[in-house]
Formats: sequence, C-alpha cells, structure tokens
Amino acid sequence: MDNTDIRPADAERKRADLSMEKERLGVYIHIPFCVRKCAYCDFLSAPASREIMDRYVEALKQEIRSAEELAERYRVSTLFFGGGTPSLLEGQKLAEILETLSQVMPVEAGAEITVECNPGTLTEDKLDAYRMAGVNRLSIGLQSADDRELRLLGRIHTFEEFLESYELARKKGFGNLNVDLMSALPGQTREGWLRTLEKTAELEPEHISAYSLIIEEGTPFYERYREGASGYRDLPDEDTDRLMYEDTKRFLGERGYERYEISNYARPGFACRHNLSYWERTDYKGFGIGAASLLRNVRYKNSTDLAAYLDREFSYESVSALSRKDILEETMFLGLRKMEGVVLTEQMKQIYGELLNKLSQEGVLGREGNRIFLTDRGIDVSNYVLSEFLLDEEI
Amino acid sequence: MTKTEQSRIRNFCIIAHIDHGKSTLADRIIEMTGLLTSREMQAQVLDNMDLERERGITIKAQAVRIVYKAKDGEEYIFNMIDTPGHVDFNYEVSRSLAACDGAVLVVDAAQGIEAQTLANVYLALDHDLDVIPVINKIDLPSAEPQRVIDEIEDVIGLEAQDAPQISAKTGLNVDQVLEAIVHKIPAPKGDPDAPLKALIFDSLYDSYKGVIVFFRIMDGTVRKGTPIRMMATGAEADVVEVGYFGAGQFIPCEELSAGMVGYLTASIKNVRDTHVGDTITDRSRPCDKALPGYKKVLPMVYCGMYPADGAKYPDLRDALEKLQLNDASLQFEPETSVALGFGFRCGFLGLLHLEIIQERLEREYNLDLVTTAPGVIYKVYKTNGEVIELTNPSNLPDPSEIEHMEEPVVNAEIMVTTEFIGPIMELCQERRGVYLGMEYMEETRALLKYELPLNEIIYDFFDALKSRSRGYASFDYELKGYVPSDLVKLDILVNKEEVDALSFIVHSSTAYERGRKMCEKLKEEIPRHLFEIPIQAAVGGKIIARETVKAVRKDVLAKCYGGDITRKKKLLEKQKEGKKRMRQIGNVEIPQKAFMSVLKLDDK
Repeated sequence: MDNTDIRPADAERKRADLSMEKERLGVYIHIPFCVRKCAYCDFLSAPASREIMDRYVEALKQEIRSAEELAERYRVSTLFFGGGTPSLLEGQKLAEILETLSQVMPVEAGAEITVECNPGTLTEDKLDAYRMAGVNRLSIGLQSADDRELRLLGRIHTFEEFLESYELARKKGFGNLNVDLMSALPGQTREGWLRTLEKTAELEPEHISAYSLIIEEGTPFYERYREGASGYRDLPDEDTDRLMYEDTKRFLGERGYERYEISNYARPGFACRHNLSYWERTDYKGFGIGAASLLRNVRYKNSTDLAAYLDREFSYESVSALSRKDILEETMFLGLRKMEGVVLTEQMKQIYGELLNKLSQEGVLGREGNRIFLTDRGIDVSNYVLSEFLLDEEI
Repeated sequence: MTKTEQSRIRNFCIIAHIDHGKSTLADRIIEMTGLLTSREMQAQVLDNMDLERERGITIKAQAVRIVYKAKDGEEYIFNMIDTPGHVDFNYEVSRSLAACDGAVLVVDAAQGIEAQTLANVYLALDHDLDVIPVINKIDLPSAEPQRVIDEIEDVIGLEAQDAPQISAKTGLNVDQVLEAIVHKIPAPKGDPDAPLKALIFDSLYDSYKGVIVFFRIMDGTVRKGTPIRMMATGAEADVVEVGYFGAGQFIPCEELSAGMVGYLTASIKNVRDTHVGDTITDRSRPCDKALPGYKKVLPMVYCGMYPADGAKYPDLRDALEKLQLNDASLQFEPETSVALGFGFRCGFLGLLHLEIIQERLEREYNLDLVTTAPGVIYKVYKTNGEVIELTNPSNLPDPSEIEHMEEPVVNAEIMVTTEFIGPIMELCQERRGVYLGMEYMEETRALLKYELPLNEIIYDFFDALKSRSRGYASFDYELKGYVPSDLVKLDILVNKEEVDALSFIVHSSTAYERGRKMCEKLKEEIPRHLFEIPIQAAVGGKIIARETVKAVRKDVLAKCYGGDITRKKKLLEKQKEGKKRMRQIGNVEIPQKAFMSVLKLDDK
C-alpha cells in the first residue's frame, strides 16, 4: 500500500512480535453518530452530543483493552472506522482509539486503515491528525453529484462541499480514496446517473462503491415513498435500474476501474482489503455497539444498547457457533459476491453438483475450470442465485 | 341421581349469531348451576376443539347435562345441546333441534337480529320448539335493548317484552334465563315403557370405547345390554354403557328413559353405522316407525388433497382415516395428479366442511397440504351408453365420447330485507339461477326462491350474498336433482404445460370469464422467474385467455455493512423458504396457495 512510509512519530506500536505466524485480523470500529440521519439509512446511528461521543470513545477504548487476549493469535491487518459518521470524531479522539488498539495488539506496518467520512465534517486539522494517527484510506460518502438528489436523500452536503472535502483530502496526501455512490434514486435518469459517474471519475479516486438504492423499512425514505410524497414516488423501473448498473460497469471499466465485487470498483491494487475479508471470511473483530465479529467460526454481534455501552457494560446480542453447513453456505454466498468467485473444493462439487449445473444452464453462473462466478445476469438476480446455496440439512 | 321425573327435565339449545355470546352464556349457565367451580372452568367449555375456539364457531354438536336448583326449591335437569351454525351443517342443526323441546335465542343488544340467526330460529319454530328470547351484552355502552326487543317482536313475531336482559360476560341477570328455561320450556313427553325410539344427534369415535352415540330418547328406556338396531342403516349392537354428559366428561348411569338425553356405547366400530338423524330402537321389541326427518348425508363438494411433501402421502391417508372415524360425511379415495403427485379425492358437505377438514389435517396432523379447486359431482353420459359420476375434472372423457353432461342443481331459499332484493336477484342471475318465486314474510323481509347450479354456489356464493346485502341475507338450500347442462373443461397451461390440478368444469357461458380471471389471478400468484412465463386458459385445446409473468430483472441485496452478515443470511433464507412452499411444474415454481386462491375469483 502507499503511505506506509508515514507513521505517527509518537505511536508506540507493538512491532516486536509482528511475526508472520500470527493470523491476520480485520478490525471494525463502529461510530454510531452522525450530524443528521439520512433519509434512506437503516444503520445503527443517530445524532449525539459531544459529551456522549466522548464517553463513547472512552468506552470503546475500554472494550478494546478488554480484548487483549486476541493479541496472542492475531495481528491487525485492516482497520475500518464505520458508522454513522466516524469523521465526526476529533482527530485527537481517533488517535486515542488507534493508540489503544496498537497497545493491545500488533498492527501490521502496512495495515489498511480506513475512516468513513462525510463531506462537511472534514477540516484541515482533522485530516492532519488522522494522517498522523496512521489513517491511510478515506471513504467519502458522496452518493450523488446532483444537489436535488442529495436533498432528497437527506444528505447534509452539496456536491460543491464534497469537492472541497475531496480536494482537501488529496492536498493532505491521502492517496487511497473511495467515493460512495448510489444509483436508482427517485427521478434519476440514466443520463443523470452517468453525470454523477462522470463527475466522480474525473476526480480519479482509487476506489468507487456504487450501490443501487434499496428502500429499507423503518426509514423516513420508506415512509415518504409509501405515502407517495412528491419526489419519492418516481423510482426508476427495474429495467432502468439494471441499465444503470450496466452503464456503471462499462463507464468505469473504460476508465480503468475493475469491478471486483458486485458493487465495488477499484483501480488495480486498490481493492478494499477490509471488505474483502468479509467476503473471504477471514477473522475480524468489531468494537462498538452493534459491531459484528467472526472469530474462529463463531459469529458475534455486540449489543446495540448505547446506554449500557456508555456504562461500560459490554455484552453480545448474539453469539452463534457456525456449523459445517453454515460455513459452507457462507463461503458460497459471500465468496460469490466477488467477481473472481469461488474456487470449488471437492466437498462443494459433491454437495452442489446438481445446483451448479442448473445455475449454469440458467445463465446466472459462469465456470472456468474449478472457479465459479456470477455472470452479469447472475449479478442482477444475485439474491436468487445466492439463496440457492443454502442447504436444507446439516452436512 | 335416581330416576328423574320427566317434569324436571328441560332439553334446549342456544341459538345465536356468531359473536352474540352463545358460548359465553353456555359457560355462565354451567358455572351458575354449580356443577363446576369457577376454577374448573376453562373458557368456553362447550367448544372443546381448539379450532372451534379460535374460529369462535361450533363445529360439531355437543351436549352437557347440568343440575339447576330453581327458585321453587326443586332441582331440574338441564340438557343443553349445542348446535353448529352453518348451512353446510344444516341437517345436523335440524337433528339437534329435533332433540330439544325449546331454544334460547340470544341477541346482541347492540347488533340486533342478524340474518344467520333467523334461519335457525325459523328452523327451531319449524320443529315446534318454544323459543325464549334473551337480550345479551346490555352492559355495552352501545346497547339498545328496547330497540332489539321491538325488532324481535316485529321480525320474528316472538313476545319479547319481558325477555331477560343480561350480560353473559359479567353474569348479570343470567339467573333470569335459568328461571325462564324452567318455566317457559316444556318438559319432555314420551312413554318410558313404550318400545325404544331414540334420535341420534351426534356421534364420536373413541379409541377405547368405539363409537359413542349421542341421542335423545323419545319413547322407551335403554340400559346396559339392550339389543339395539339403527333403523336406517340396519346396524345392530348390544349396549355396553349408557350415561349422560358431565361438563367435559361422560358419566355412566344405570339407564336412560323417555325424555332424557345421553350417550351409549356398544362396541360399534365406525361412525358410518350411526348416522345423525337415525332412530335407535330395541331390536327385541322394535318401535313401529322410525322418527321423521332422517336423511343420508352425502358429500356435495369434492376436491383433491395432496401432501406438499410427497413422502407424507401415507401420513395423509392415516390422518383422513382417523378423521373419518368421527365424521361419516367425509369421503376420500386415492388419486394421482401429474402436477401434484399422489393424493386423495375427498368429498365434503360443503366448503366450510372442506376448510375445517383441511385445517384439522394441517393443525392436528401437522400436514402441509395442497388443495385443488372444489367441484361437484357431474354426470357424464357417454355415447356408448355408459354414465360416469365425475368428481375429478381430469377424468373427463374426450369430448367425442360424451353424449351430454348433467350437473346438480339446488332449490335455494334466500331471506333478505326488501332493500336488497335487487342486488341479490342480480347475483342469482349471474350465477345462472332460475327464478322460482318470492314471498313476503312481512313488510320488510322477503323469501326469494331460486334454482341454482350447485357449482355456482360452492365457492363464494355465501360471501357474495353477504357482501351484497350488507350481511342481511340468509341462505338455505337442498339438492333438487340433476339437469342437462352445457359444460366444458377449462384447462390452465403454465409455460405451455397443462397443469391438471388447475383444470375444472364450468358452464360454457362462463368459461371465457373464468379463464380470464384464472389467468389474472395466477399471474399475481406465480412469482417472477428468470424467464418469461405465459399463463393460458384453454377449452378443448383452444386458447381463450392469456397473461404473462415477466422475467425477473433485478433481485439484489442491500449493502452488507460492517461484516454483519446474519441479517443478509436471514433474507436469503426467507427467499429460499418461500420456494419450499412451491410446486415444480416443468421448470416453473407454483406456490401452493395458488391452487386454492384461484377459487376466489369473484367480487372485489
């Protein structure tokens, strides 16, 4: 990765035991705060006072310290601050969290360290501090280059403000930037979407995420959509939605971006390693409320109770040991999200043999040697294809 | 208790519209007569099937015997006989009423008389029962007892000014009902020394005792050892046990005599030997004539029932056999369908009966069922002189072999308030009804008489009747016979493949309309696939309607955030689970409910 030469001068990282015998670990840190909740958002996030945020950071640090036994087995290979809006964190606070983590467990020298940012929350000082703390990747939520669409989504910024943040990040030396985009917005045309893509690609970010809007129950967007509020009703039809997807692949492909996952595009070498670890099922540990972990084939989800968390009561909402069936299913439906797909093992061939033939015949699954992958058509109906890999019985 | 004098016996039933409080009043009466403590009371003691409790309706007739110490200081025996309240079971209702000497009519003080109640009240009056009106739910803020009293007097012509005004829920004035039963319902008559003559009003199969026969003795006496004969079926047996009905239990006794209600067991193996309405007599000293009103109940409606999981076929057979032990009107025989595999063609009294059996199979026997469109029995006269009784449309011979076909028709009587005569007449015309006449019962109420094809009323006629009369129409019918009819088989093709389980027989004049609606409905029911699916309706190979299920374009998951994949997996599981409830026809998955929902094509 780039930027690995820059390290915070004061970081007392445990490098001594960075031996390769230790396994790679992804770390996710959830910051459940935002300036204002976006209309489509159903993630665990809400506006909060400075005081609550400070207490949350203290609790986070304690939770991280309480996970010290992980140091015996793992080295941190990727680190992702997600939210919410992690960039609401003052530079000092973010540095404290990183500092705590590196005191508790070894962090690879080339670790990918990402912070999700919202335009409008970034300042020069903050970006300096992030870089000093070791952050080397920013993921900036733009969603649309059209201010009308931004308002509809309930975003707190304009396209112009995004540009300022983006330029500032470049100016401060961030060489690995992602821009989040969202297609299939109400009133959006193919041309409108292409304009957003164009304006984004012009900036040459290393990575682009392009999702199509999914209206989740319980969001203001869902309510307005259901009530038929003006501006929310006229969603692009499915055909247009798929055309936008195809446009995205073609347009970004022409500009040197490779689609490596259903909705993610990157310049060579800039695929998000942290996200890939989810699809590849390497172990990861989540800190903060609602954060998910996968350790030794056990899935954990932290409690979502903020009040309890602030009182330093760390508990899981769920813990489930994965059976052989679960593991195989996950390997398939997560692995197939990657464009390179999954390399078939003997077990997979034995269990899914018939299904693989059926899906190939239906034109949704491609195969090259032992590698299977979603076709373009398969991506369009990925829910169906992936659900087919769920098994009826334990294996 | 030793011999009870007839004068201290009261045999009665309670008539009420659904939700007007029949079961609550029955509970209260049982409670207040003191045979049960409050603690022993399960809510709604009379309805002991789960299904009944949930639907709030009574499926099979039941009875309970209780002891009431009246204000005159005497103890009275009350036999309270519960009755079903649906046209499918009209015959059972009439036999239950025939076992009573009086009826308590419960009317909701806020709702007033409703149509369904009327049919049963008239049925009770036809059986010369004394009817005691009771105004219930007077504790409701919206109660208007005086209006309801006037209504009872105007519409039914019953004296109701001093009707007890009660709250069955709180128990208020229920004592007045008990006193009214004592004073206004006549004691039974009948000669205990005459030859035995008893009316069967229900029976129940018990795996230890065999069939338990519920009866009312009109004349004579029955005791252990009495050699009995059922006069209509000819079945003979020797009585093993007689007794009466405690609340929720059978209490054996020495003997039962004229005027009494009770049960007997006689090692009878099958409820088919103990038809409701049959007369029990003593074969060593038979009575001269059976009681009037007996009918052999025959299934009127047939449908195919298939296990969703083919491997459950033997389980379905076992379950049907068990249900049949208790339900002589249920018939079934094995059949196979290309679309659905192995199953049974089952015969029912009507659509409610069908639904009840279906629910009991699913609930009590844990079976997942696919049910095909119900049909009636058609008579197919072949050119070679053969006559087929057709219960499964798939068995219809080639048109070239058919000389003509006949379908069953019923004589229907519809009672309706005059303002709705127009809409109800229109409905009957639409359903190929033949107008027979109309009588005014009183100024605001008329009785419409129609001849209607049975296949036009088995699906949703009752619903349509209610919706077009705002609930104020009641309906009764009896089979009249068979008439020649221009019938055709309507076939449904899904993705060019004929789905035998969706075929049905219709009158040629309605084939186009039905076919079109079937296609529309199936279009809604069949989920989009990866490819386009044509749905066609055809008569004799000619396509008469078509719809298309478009191919699915997009089916994608939302962003998987922060590695929390459990939610996504749940979504995938839900999707996969949905497919399990489908039937594979060619390469199309048809949801099981599509086979049933296509029945509800009309109205709305």
